[in-house]
Amino acid sequence: MDLMEYQAKELFAKHGVTTTLGVVVETAEAAKAAAEQLGGVTVIKAQVKAGGRGKAGGVKIAKTPDEAFQYATDILNLTIKDLPVNRVLVTPATPPEEEYYFSFLLDRSNRQYLCIASVEGGVEIEEVAKTNPDAVKQIAIDPGKGVDAAKAREIATEAGFPEAVFEQAVVMIEKLYTVFVEEDATLVEVNPLARLAGDKLEALDGKVSLDENASEVRHPDHEAFEIREEADPLEAKAKDLGLNYVKLDGAVGIIGNGAGLVMSTLDVVAYAGENHGGVKPANFLDIGGGANAEVMANGLDVILNDAQVKSVFVNVFGGITACDEVAKGIVGALELLGDAATKPLVVRLDGNNVELGRQILAEANHPLVTLVDTMDGAADKAAELANA
Amino acid sequence: MSIYLNKDSKIIVQGITGGMGAKHTALMIESGATIVGGVNARKAGTTVTHKDANGSDVELPVYGTVAEAIKETGANVSVLFVPPAFTKAAAIEAIDAEMPLIVVITEGVPVQDSAEVWSYLQGKSTRMIGPNCPGIITPGESLAGITPHTIAGKGPVGLVSKSGTLTYQMMYELRDFGFTTAIGIGGDPIVGTTHIDALQAFQDDPETKVIVMIGEIGGDAEERAAAYIKDNITKPVVGYVAGFTAPEGKTMGHAGAIVSGSAGTAAAKQEALEAVGVKVGKTPSATAALAREILQNL
Repeated sequence: MDLMEYQAKELFAKHGVTTTLGVVVETAEAAKAAAEQLGGVTVIKAQVKAGGRGKAGGVKIAKTPDEAFQYATDILNLTIKDLPVNRVLVTPATPPEEEYYFSFLLDRSNRQYLCIASVEGGVEIEEVAKTNPDAVKQIAIDPGKGVDAAKAREIATEAGFPEAVFEQAVVMIEKLYTVFVEEDATLVEVNPLARLAGDKLEALDGKVSLDENASEVRHPDHEAFEIREEADPLEAKAKDLGLNYVKLDGAVGIIGNGAGLVMSTLDVVAYAGENHGGVKPANFLDIGGGANAEVMANGLDVILNDAQVKSVFVNVFGGITACDEVAKGIVGALELLGDAATKPLVVRLDGNNVELGRQILAEANHPLVTLVDTMDGAADKAAELANA
Repeated sequence: MSIYLNKDSKIIVQGITGGMGAKHTALMIESGATIVGGVNARKAGTTVTHKDANGSDVELPVYGTVAEAIKETGANVSVLFVPPAFTKAAAIEAIDAEMPLIVVITEGVPVQDSAEVWSYLQGKSTRMIGPNCPGIITPGESLAGITPHTIAGKGPVGLVSKSGTLTYQMMYELRDFGFTTAIGIGGDPIVGTTHIDALQAFQDDPETKVIVMIGEIGGDAEERAAAYIKDNITKPVVGYVAGFTAPEGKTMGHAGAIVSGSAGTAAAKQEALEAVGVKVGKTPSATAALAREILQNL
């Protein structure tokens, strides 16, 4: 889960990383009030889960509360990388004398953690990485050893933090690592890490991605970072039902088991769609391993509620999942929905208890259900029905 | 022949008394695998009973620790059906007991736990498969995991896949040829056994004639495998990558399957694989057809 800047800063503050929280507001009036309360020059920053906010006009410096009102109005009307801006962060303007870049992240290629640091530039880090790659230091972190004070000092030395802020950098590095491990993050990024007037080191911006597996297992407090009213309603409903669902734009609803098979199903449907008016998959829905009839029915319920869906493709290869359970789920869901079910279902079952599953569907003989033996054949049928 | 797992494998199950553990212990026994016991500290000294393929009762001892289970049974494989919160501790226990192979089925393990286990594993004798994987099957010999043993029998194909259900799908597509070993390495960002490990093992296995490699979007494991194939693998490799139509930046279930920017896209992976002579299929059935063509001309 990616956090917004103000949420990342909350985690920074929780673990003692020097930062300024500011005030998060959802209206221009509230932005004006926040600017009045903070006094002096303020920065108005769009809060969206996307980079490049500054270039998109999502960060403005306001000299007066009235300017804060005006800029907040503009920014709240923006859409940055398809994301509407629903809130802005108002902070005191603290012009940096120098900008640095710092991050900890999961290095999946090398199965360890990585620290990336540069004192040659903060927000322009990508440019620095291209033109002067030696100025961007990469330091491997052994997950078994972590970052203690000595390692933090080693990192600060390698990165080349100037003497005036060196000791502050050592402390901050250790604390940022605490954020990374204590919160189970896959990314903790400070950009810019700024040297302010008086040689004060501060995290001016923050980006944190959290590992959802870990949030589930040991961070119940992370749930508060999800802003439910902004989630897609179908995605929110699926999440409540414990389903792994991603809404897409097409007309063929997809239900399958196992992330790989479902991804593959999306591909096969998109290819089949090329022969049927360009129809595309409407969603990703993985009912997971060992799914029972209830899970199947829940999945169907979510998909049939998607107004864009014209046909549904249920693609199950039974490993842990038993095909008879899937078949019962389909029959049960259709019974529950009754006349509300109007969309055709193409079902392809193979694997564990497949004969029983096919038999259950054959006996139910529901007019909306078509059984097809192969994945490619079923994809073609589902695409054809969506284009009808 | 086979890789990692064979008829001499003696398997214990960590989490044998849990719902998933019990269910799949029964299925592993039914497949003919040699299951010699299980581990659950709170139920040490008890037994669990399952039916073998002939319908006879098999009584399995439950031990308090992995070390004790190894001492009493000579087990050399452990399959973990342990809830995600306890997976790290269970894996480390098995590593400390010098278990040669551990297969972590558990889905939802925090990635930092996997990173720590991987770090802990360095310099030790244990091989880890998973987490978040279907495990490994050597048809006709042994099964350590949840792959249905009825899909396909023994044959010349070596299969390595990130995804469980795509493993099953591909075994089904090529069931008339059969497999030396099919291994699901798991879709998490950090896994113990990679495509490269399995490719090398299949290269070294004289009975494997064709290798089928299944990847999916996210990370650079397939690109790295391509580079490895170029220099080290002489057997024919057929590839498949899932996720061509996945939108950027959306997580599709597997924690690892997230595309950001161009790196990690299905197209980039396909290109990397084709550049080193791997034939890549557009769909599972097209991929199977490519493998079939090679198998028929052997």
